[in-house]
Amino acid sequence: MSMNLLRLFSGRNASAPVARERLQILLAHERGLLGQSDLLATLREEILAVVSKHVVLDPDKVMVKLERGKTVSTLEVDIEVPNNFDKKAPTEKRMAG
Amino acid sequence: MAKVLVVTSGKGGVGKTTSTAALGAALAQGGQSVVVIDFDVGLRNLDLVMGAERRVVFDLINVVQGVAKLPQALIRDKRLENLWLLPASQTRDKDALTDEGVGRVIAELRSRFDWILCDSPAGIERGATLAMRYADEAVIVTNPEVSSVRDSDRIIGMLDSKTVRAERGERVEKHVLITRYDPARAARGEMLNIDDILEILATPLLGIIPESQDVLKASNVGTPVTLNNAESAPARAYIDAARRLMGEQVAMTVPAERKGFMNRLLGRRAA
Repeated sequence: MSMNLLRLFSGRNASAPVARERLQILLAHERGLLGQSDLLATLREEILAVVSKHVVLDPDKVMVKLERGKTVSTLEVDIEVPNNFDKKAPTEKRMAG
Repeated sequence: MAKVLVVTSGKGGVGKTTSTAALGAALAQGGQSVVVIDFDVGLRNLDLVMGAERRVVFDLINVVQGVAKLPQALIRDKRLENLWLLPASQTRDKDALTDEGVGRVIAELRSRFDWILCDSPAGIERGATLAMRYADEAVIVTNPEVSSVRDSDRIIGMLDSKTVRAERGERVEKHVLITRYDPARAARGEMLNIDDILEILATPLLGIIPESQDVLKASNVGTPVTLNNAESAPARAYIDAARRLMGEQVAMTVPAERKGFMNRLLGRRAA
């Protein structure tokens, strides 16, 4: 619901619903961002390392997000791979051999 | 078994020190042996709120650095014999606190007290992270106001990641304490209500402390609000919260001011 509609339905003085909506939107965003620190940065690095052994990846296309919920939290891992992902980069093969 | 409880918030001025003093005194009034520690190095105030400012000789940093022994730095409350204060240093800076040193002091306190209440400084820097570092439980003091709720959310994230318990894969038991609450304004939709705050923070409620003039009156005279006037609305709210900490089931209410007979007759607000 938009803030204007909230104002309309809850009377002129009811600013609390606006506060609530602003907080919910802000925190949903910040929890994603702040989660990136420490643990998530480590997870992201290690996941990237494991997947990179087998697939050519752009490191910028690996997203790891943690969303905190009431009873459980979800860890979301989003890795974008190119269409020819099953072909390993030849340079890496040489280095490995 | 001793419990280490951090009173924290992120945001300043929401009532951490007031709440530490009030909860500490209420637990002691309930028969527990309690020590309250001020972690706000350089800006100590728990001594002032407790009325012990002229009795400080040694402090937490002296003990951490081995300059003083713990019994030399502990100050016994003048009103409650099982309530003690470990003050912060006013002259040193927060870098004088070390993780290892704080751990040693907390371990020693665990063998002497039932409750160790750590009054955290505002912010998310060293003082705040060390205050929560060894906590088993946390009280997150929150005002019904957007910036306070946002900072509480941030602190909850830190309690879940930066404490010793979190690193061991264990949980810090967290409770939200809502302070400066005005039920009438919340009912009119002018203030975030309890359900809004709890839903946003997804953390259980320890108590609701109503906005009250008694809080300032108590700090003016250097007495925890639960000792200054145990019948006042905030004192009753803190006493209920302390009973919940001790594991009692206490119905959740927002205590209201009790008006005296003459005041009621004259239609005046209770002073």
